[in-house]
Formats: sequence, C-alpha cells, structure tokens
Amino acid sequence: MDTEEQTWELRLYVAGKTTKSVTAIANLKRYCEEHLMGKYVIEIIDLLVQPQLAEGDQILAIPTLVRKVPEPIRKIIGDLSNEEKVLVGLNIRPVNR
Amino acid sequence: MTSKKDKPLSRSTLAKTPTGIIGLDELTGGGIPAGRPTLVCGDPGCGKTLLSLEFIVRGATQYNEPGVFIAFEEKSEELAMNVASLGFDLEQLQRDGLLKIDHIHIERSEIEETGEYDLEGLFIRLDHAIKSIGAKRVVLDTIENLFSGLSNQFILRSELRRLFQWLKEKKVTAIITGEKGNGLLTRQGLEEYVSDCVILLEHRVSNKISTRFLRVVKYRGSVHGTNEYPFLIDSDGISVLPVTSLLLAHDVSSQRVSSGIPALDDMLGGQGFFKGSSILVSGTAGTGKTSIAAYFADQTCQRKERCAYFAFEESPQQIVRNMKSIGIDLNAHVNKGLLQFHASRPTLFGLEMHLVSMYKIIKKFKPQTVILDPITNLITVGSVSEVKSMLIRLIDFLQAEQITVMFTALTLNSVVSEQTDEGVSSLVDAWLLVRDIESNGERNRGMYIMKSRGMKHSNQVREFIIRDFGLDLMDVFLGADGVLTGSAREAEQLKIQAGHVLRDFAVGRKDKEIERKRTVLEAKIASLKEEFESITDALNKSYVEEDLRNEVIEKNRATITDIRNNKNTITDKKKKGR
Repeated sequence: MDTEEQTWELRLYVAGKTTKSVTAIANLKRYCEEHLMGKYVIEIIDLLVQPQLAEGDQILAIPTLVRKVPEPIRKIIGDLSNEEKVLVGLNIRPVNR
Repeated sequence: MTSKKDKPLSRSTLAKTPTGIIGLDELTGGGIPAGRPTLVCGDPGCGKTLLSLEFIVRGATQYNEPGVFIAFEEKSEELAMNVASLGFDLEQLQRDGLLKIDHIHIERSEIEETGEYDLEGLFIRLDHAIKSIGAKRVVLDTIENLFSGLSNQFILRSELRRLFQWLKEKKVTAIITGEKGNGLLTRQGLEEYVSDCVILLEHRVSNKISTRFLRVVKYRGSVHGTNEYPFLIDSDGISVLPVTSLLLAHDVSSQRVSSGIPALDDMLGGQGFFKGSSILVSGTAGTGKTSIAAYFADQTCQRKERCAYFAFEESPQQIVRNMKSIGIDLNAHVNKGLLQFHASRPTLFGLEMHLVSMYKIIKKFKPQTVILDPITNLITVGSVSEVKSMLIRLIDFLQAEQITVMFTALTLNSVVSEQTDEGVSSLVDAWLLVRDIESNGERNRGMYIMKSRGMKHSNQVREFIIRDFGLDLMDVFLGADGVLTGSAREAEQLKIQAGHVLRDFAVGRKDKEIERKRTVLEAKIASLKEEFESITDALNKSYVEEDLRNEVIEKNRATITDIRNNKNTITDKKKKGR
C-alpha cells in the first residue's frame, strides 16, 4: 500500500462537547500522532453548529469518523475506544509493530 | 361521517391531524393523533410509502402543513418519479418550501463500529429539516433499515425510544413505517415504542384477485372503525372505503321518481319509486331486466338528472345499440353528459375494488340515479356473503347520498325463489320480478311487484311486453284455464271483441225494429187525427147547414110576411087604380 505518500483527510462529526465526542476527538488525535505523523488533516465538525453538513456525509450516529482520502470513503462510528478496530477500519498500517 | 370532523374538539378529546387521504379521516374520526407518532406497518408492496407520502403531500397542499420525509429506502429522485403518476410534484413542493425529502443511506460495508455512540446525527438532521421549513408533519420510511445498518441493538432501541419521545416533544405529527414481521406487527417490534396509533396495511389474494386492506389496529384515546377496509391506489392516490356506517339513520325522501314506464308507475301507486330508494329487478335470462334499467336511466336523463350506469356484462356500445331497438337513444344522454357508462369485467378486480371504484365515480359524478347491471355477475369474484356485504355497504352509501339505485339480478332457476338474488332482497325497498310464463307453446314475460316499501302497490301480475316503441305492461287475462298471456291473451281479446260486434249488431237490429214500430205508430196516430178532423168537419158542417137553414127559413118567413103585406098594398093600389 502506498499510504506513505498520501495525506489522510479525516473528518470527525460530533455534537457539542459530550463525553463521547471529547473521547473520540482525543482518541483520534492520539492514533493519528502515533501512526500518521505529519500526513493527516483532521476536520472536526460540530453538528450543533452546522447541522446542514450532516446530510452530505450521511451522518446518523455521533460521533462518526469519515475517511475522505484515501478513497474509498470509510466511516467509523463510536467513541473510537478500540484502537485496533479503528486502525483496521481506516486501513492504517500500525507504525510500531 | 364528516360531521365528526367539524365538531369543535373539547379539551378531553384527542386532537387529530387530517391525513387528507379519502376515507381514512372518516375511519379514524378526523385523522391520526396530532403531535404524536403513528405506526403504519405492512408487508412489502402494500402501500406504506405511498400512504405516508400522500399524508405529507396532502398536508402540504391541502392543510398548509409543511412536511419532512425521511427516506431510508429510496432516494428523493426515485420517490419523486414513483409518485409523479399520481400527480404529486415533489420537486415543486420542495422548491416551495412545503416539503423536504432527506434520504438517509446506511451502507453496512462502509461502517465500522467502535465504542459508544448515539444517533444524535439523525436527531440533528431531523431537527434541521423540521426547522428549515417549519414542518408539522414528519415521515420516517422506514426506520427499521437502521437495524440492518447498525449492529448495536441496545443503542438502537434506546435511541428509537428517545426519538419517538423527541418527536412528541417537537409536536410534529409523525408516521413511522415498518415491515410486518413474523407474529409481530413490525419486524423490529416498533409497536412497542409507538403506542398511540397503529395502522396495518395488508395485501391479500383470494380467488386470484388481489385486494389491499387497511385496518386501524389501535388508536389510543379515540373511537375508530375496527374493521378491515379495502383501499385502492389509483391515479388520485389512496382511497379507503369506510362505507359501513353502522347506523341506519339516513334521511329519507318522500319524493317520487318515475320508472320511465307509465304502466309500471301505475302499479306503484301511480307515481313510481321513492327517490333515494333501492330497487331490485330480478328475473330469468332474457326477461328484459336491462331494458327496464335502460328505461329508468332514460327517464332520469330526461328529467335532466345524472345517471351512472355500471355494466358488468355488456359494453356501453352494446347497450346503446340494443336499447335503440326498443326506441330509446341513450347515446344522446351520454353526449349531453347526463349519462355515464362504466363497464368493467367483474373479474377485473376484487369486489372491494369494484365498490371503491364505484364509490369514487359516484362521489365525482354525483348522479341522482345509479344502475348496476347485473349484480349477479359479481358472484364470480366473491362468495354470496361477500357480495351481500358489499351491496349492503353500497346501498348504505347510496341511501345516505339520496341516490336512487336499481340493481338487476339474474335468477338462474325458473322457479321463482323468494330468497335468491344474493340475499339483497331484504335490503332493497322495491323488488320487481320479471318471470317467464310458459303456456300454449310460447314464452311470455310476466311482471309483478314483490314488494315496495311505503307505498300502495298493485298485487297483480302484468304481462310485460317489449315492442319497437318501448316497454309496456298489459293486464293479464284470467280465463277459465288460468292466467292468459301472449297470443292466448290476444285470442281472448279477439273473442271478446267479436262478442262485442255481435251484440252491437243484435242491439242494432232491435233498435231498427223499434224505429219501424214507431213509424207505424206515428202513421196510425196521423190517420186517426185525420179521421177526427173529418168528423169534426162533418159536425161543423151540419151546424153551419142548420144555421143556414134557419137563416133561410127566417128570411123566407120575413119575405112571405113582406109579401103578404105588399099584396094588401098592391091590392089596395089595384083598388085605387081601378
């Protein structure tokens, strides 16, 4: 996989500062720092502020992480507490393994 | 039926939102509970999506209540295309801000679940959609798709519970659709969350004819019709048919309408049928039932009233042609728009569908007279009891609308059975029976009135004759051998006519004799008069003669006296002269 050259565009949808949202943001940042150092962009969208954006990515569950790039689009819902599942879901090769 | 809706709602009654779907509002006494979710469930293809979409569209167009349609199954363009044939322009409604369709798509393969989550995203989208157009109505079609997209059932169920609570708080009237499950109303047991109103749609095939049914399973805090009601999806959308108004409380009219056959009117107390009554014409094949019906239709149209003719046996053209042969031109009425033919094969669709389609036509055309010719053919698509129940409902509906209805029915056996005719004979107000009278090697038609409620009617069997210029009824002759019809009747009539002539002749001869006698007598009187006059004359003559004689005698005597005196003088003279 040529993930090395690519920049990862990740979008995290949350709704306000709920525990789940906060956990998810923290988890995501941690994983990215660990495995995608310098090759990622995280966009956090608060649907309470911009509800019209929910339609575009077909958001139902909160929090939802959407991998826009690389294709295909992948979605991970939940507070991202299971690291392995998140990495598999995003198709990220763990760095230090 | 509609009066319930118009009544001001008291505080204790449940506020209702009219759906705008024909029949459903009558059935539920005004609509579905306002500000609460209603569950519509049923098998695939039974019309859930359409019903809910029509609820939204009618709300937007008729009640000025904008609506949000959350589609979990179809895309908004697909939906728009599917209902375009019903005349719903979803695109326009969306542009007008009366409708918002949000397609929620869940692709299982794209989604990975990890850890805790909730469905706040759905709430936010819904909330955004509701706020953006100020929606009063919401449809979720069908929310069960969530179960196939997301695996965490616990979260889903608790979120659904929260969703329905949230919808109530939002005070939107919502319809949630759900697929029917095994032994459950919905596959995922949604009925446990939505407990105010549950409507079940069903699609059943019996006798190879499919019919859709609607049933209000539950309606908390309101009376509602509990039966299964058939419904129809056609170019106007859904129409449910709750024609079973269980009360026998319709208005009646004492106005009379002519049957179109003067002699028949005479039998019915001289004025014909009651307006708004139901009339059954039954008889064996070829006894002229359709002709009677056509005459009634013709009469209706001549009064400038409208008539709907439902034919289950012949095509309109066929009826028009056939009726021309007995002197009525139905085509003229058709062209004037007073007469409408609706011919359909009974097997085209189920009984209930026939009823619904008739109901719709009648509602639209508003005829004063309806003719069903013949009801017997409907038996091919239903059992006797089904036909009867359908006719009860039809009669009920027509009577409430003050429409006169005439059914024709074929009795298959020549023996007149008093309880045939799909058992509707007890329902109808007037029952005419046309039957064959077979005698002397010919077949004639006899007609009598089996019953006619509320009016004096003849108890006589009349002979029913179809001629070039129309129908007529003749008194049948009671001869020594019983009732005489046809040529036997004519023979009897001729015999009587001959008798008349003979008697007339005899009477004439006697008259002449009397005349002659009178002449003779008068002659005698004249001669006697003459005789009398001659006698009188004779008598008078003798009187005159007597007078004359007396006169003469008197004269003579005077003369003689004179003479005597003169003689003396003469002699005196003579003496003197001497």
